[in-house]
Amino acid sequence: MIAELGHFILVLALVLAAVQAVAPLAVMRHDADNALALAQRAAYGQTALIFISFLALTYGFVVSDFSLAVVTANSHVAKPLVYKIAGVWGNHEGSMLLWTLILAAYGAAFAALATRLPARFSTHVLVTQGWLGIAFLSFLLFTSNPFARLVPTPFSGQGLTPILQDPALAAHPPLLYAGYVGFSMSFAFAIAALAGDEKGRDWARWMRPWILTAWIFLTLGIALGSYWAYYELGWGGFWFWDPVENASLMPWLSGTALLHSALVAEKRDTLKRWVLLLAIITFALSLSGTFLVRSGVLTSVHAFANDPQRGIFILAILAGFSGGALALYAHRLPHIAADTPFQPLSREGLLLTNNVFLATATVTVFIGTIYPLALDAVGGGKISVGAPYFNAVFAPLTLPFILLLPLGPLLAWRNGAFASLKQKLILAAAIALALTLLLAILRSGQSLMVLALFAGAFWLIGGAGLDLAQKLAPYRTRLYRFWHLPAHAFAAPLAHAGLAVMLLGILASTHWREEIVVAAGPGQQIDIAGITLRYDGVRDFDGPNYRAERARLAYLSGPHQGDYLFPERRFYMAERSQTTEAAITTDLTGHLYAVVGEPANDKRVLRVWYHPYVAFIWIGALLMSLGGCFGMAARLRLRVAKKQVAA
Amino acid sequence: MMTRMAIFWFLAASLVAAPSFALDPGEALEDAALEARARALSQELRCLVCQNQSIDDSDAPLARDLRQMVRTRLVAGDSDDDIRTAVVERYGEFALFRPRFGAHTFALWAMPLFILLMGAVLAWRLTAKAGRQNASTPPQ
Repeated sequence: MIAELGHFILVLALVLAAVQAVAPLAVMRHDADNALALAQRAAYGQTALIFISFLALTYGFVVSDFSLAVVTANSHVAKPLVYKIAGVWGNHEGSMLLWTLILAAYGAAFAALATRLPARFSTHVLVTQGWLGIAFLSFLLFTSNPFARLVPTPFSGQGLTPILQDPALAAHPPLLYAGYVGFSMSFAFAIAALAGDEKGRDWARWMRPWILTAWIFLTLGIALGSYWAYYELGWGGFWFWDPVENASLMPWLSGTALLHSALVAEKRDTLKRWVLLLAIITFALSLSGTFLVRSGVLTSVHAFANDPQRGIFILAILAGFSGGALALYAHRLPHIAADTPFQPLSREGLLLTNNVFLATATVTVFIGTIYPLALDAVGGGKISVGAPYFNAVFAPLTLPFILLLPLGPLLAWRNGAFASLKQKLILAAAIALALTLLLAILRSGQSLMVLALFAGAFWLIGGAGLDLAQKLAPYRTRLYRFWHLPAHAFAAPLAHAGLAVMLLGILASTHWREEIVVAAGPGQQIDIAGITLRYDGVRDFDGPNYRAERARLAYLSGPHQGDYLFPERRFYMAERSQTTEAAITTDLTGHLYAVVGEPANDKRVLRVWYHPYVAFIWIGALLMSLGGCFGMAARLRLRVAKKQVAA
Repeated sequence: MMTRMAIFWFLAASLVAAPSFALDPGEALEDAALEARARALSQELRCLVCQNQSIDDSDAPLARDLRQMVRTRLVAGDSDDDIRTAVVERYGEFALFRPRFGAHTFALWAMPLFILLMGAVLAWRLTAKAGRQNASTPPQ
């Protein structure tokens, strides 16, 4: 009954989305304010209905209602409650329902804030969101109904893939989707600016907090996914250049470009055509990410053939929205003021350079991901494009990018004076070079490219420091009053330092990794990274819905002397599958990562890695997001300040 | 429908899930330099029965055979390229994670450079115009 209610409410939400997509335009002809009020209410209603529907599905999972196909296929009575709830989005139908819910929630959040903006513009944004709502609700109802019943009802469910039974499942998909779907807002803003024939550059200022929101979520979502893969997959890789990962990296790269060029459009009233195009492309990449992952076209060519309906439906959504948006763009292009030229040695000049690099990176990921498919489709044979390709292209692309990056925030708008910066920059460069030289001596045998990238990362940190110092210079006598310092001063320095920290983590952990594989009997000692471990044997134990073999490794030396590592092999009964759970000792300077393998005669295969500075990768991502949060805080504080002035 | 979903999720999960084990004990070569070359080469070769894994990461028997072949040939004195060619002869280019440069992969390798240059030209044109405008307008 509750499932039917959820299904019915989802149909109602589709009706409301249709109202939101069409009715306000009709009303707007004579009354813009009423049109907005109508669109706002439709957006609130749509969100409330999808949320109720989502709760209905959650209820189905919590009570293990196996008359629902999706629950049977992805849940089990014996599963812990948290995974029953998180399992709602651990499957295709439920995750698309979550996607649609987040889409509607963004629309409602905008509706609540929309009164600040001109009614016509806000209405156009909400109408665009309405059309997206129609598309995704139809996709759900017609190809991926989460409330489909099974007759007869099975006695038991097939359970959730054990790899997904992890606390990260609770947070990773919602964060990632909040990022993907967040770019529907900048898309809708671009459509509103084009459809409403906006003359000025105000739309760029209105757009930026929404880009930033989506970007923060996407950064966190990707980072969490990477950390999840790192500890779950059993050997400590953190990025695989897998099609599914690439699908999330593309909107991140182009979203980062959008974040920076929208700033130029807002401050300098130039590059507007590029920003609008980029906003459309970024969302199209989010959609194609969904297409690539959901259709299974990249996972396996056969999975696509198995379910062509879904793939074709999403492809139609993608083609419809990006095609329509690009047609509108082409139509309005002559109306948008041409770019005002600017000096190359200025902040906008460097931000444009940033966009050239990020656009190249986006295209590289895109072409690397689809090239095998495209080549095969034209009969060019089957090839693979994997990590070695991306590493080979990204290393030489990253180097000039990070060498130029620190100049951007340091230079002024218009015509950046370089002379006054020269001494500070030379100092930063000298420190970076000295550190790199020290590194080359301490760790001999590094390739020139690796050393250059290390130097680039140090230089980036120096640049972030200079940037922060320059922005805080007017407050230098009041630095102790942290809460009164301007939040925006921390945004770029933190984000850029975060990139450097991440880069250091990537370089150190991939190039200095140590690995030992042994077949060990109890009592055997293992030496790695200057630490001695002793293998103590394996014991059986029972988890809530799995059986496990747990090995014990004792630290005989080092700062963790007396501690133990407990790597496990788990067998999930309901799902009849096995996972390995790595045991990881987390230090800032490196992770010791142990995995227990299969028996070999009377011994055990043990694999132990040392991943130096690997935590820097995710600390870097957190710093980047924190920088984004400071950017948001600056906006909010500005708004509060304006309100106080007005009052 | 049911089995189809199960297959989809199995595939989706196996993409990230397959517990992956690199070498087995005793597989590694004594000679550290040769072993380093073997590892680097193994990371460029695709395990054909796995989802997007190199033979270095995979515990599939086929991957193990290939790892052993790589090492045997390295010990015999083959160059990295000889080994790549041998793998391509047996399994096709699909087995290489780093596609060979050729007519069929020209666009793949050239596109990043092309986009970068195109972007640079467009950016240069925009900023060069500013230089000319500044030169033609008298300083205020």
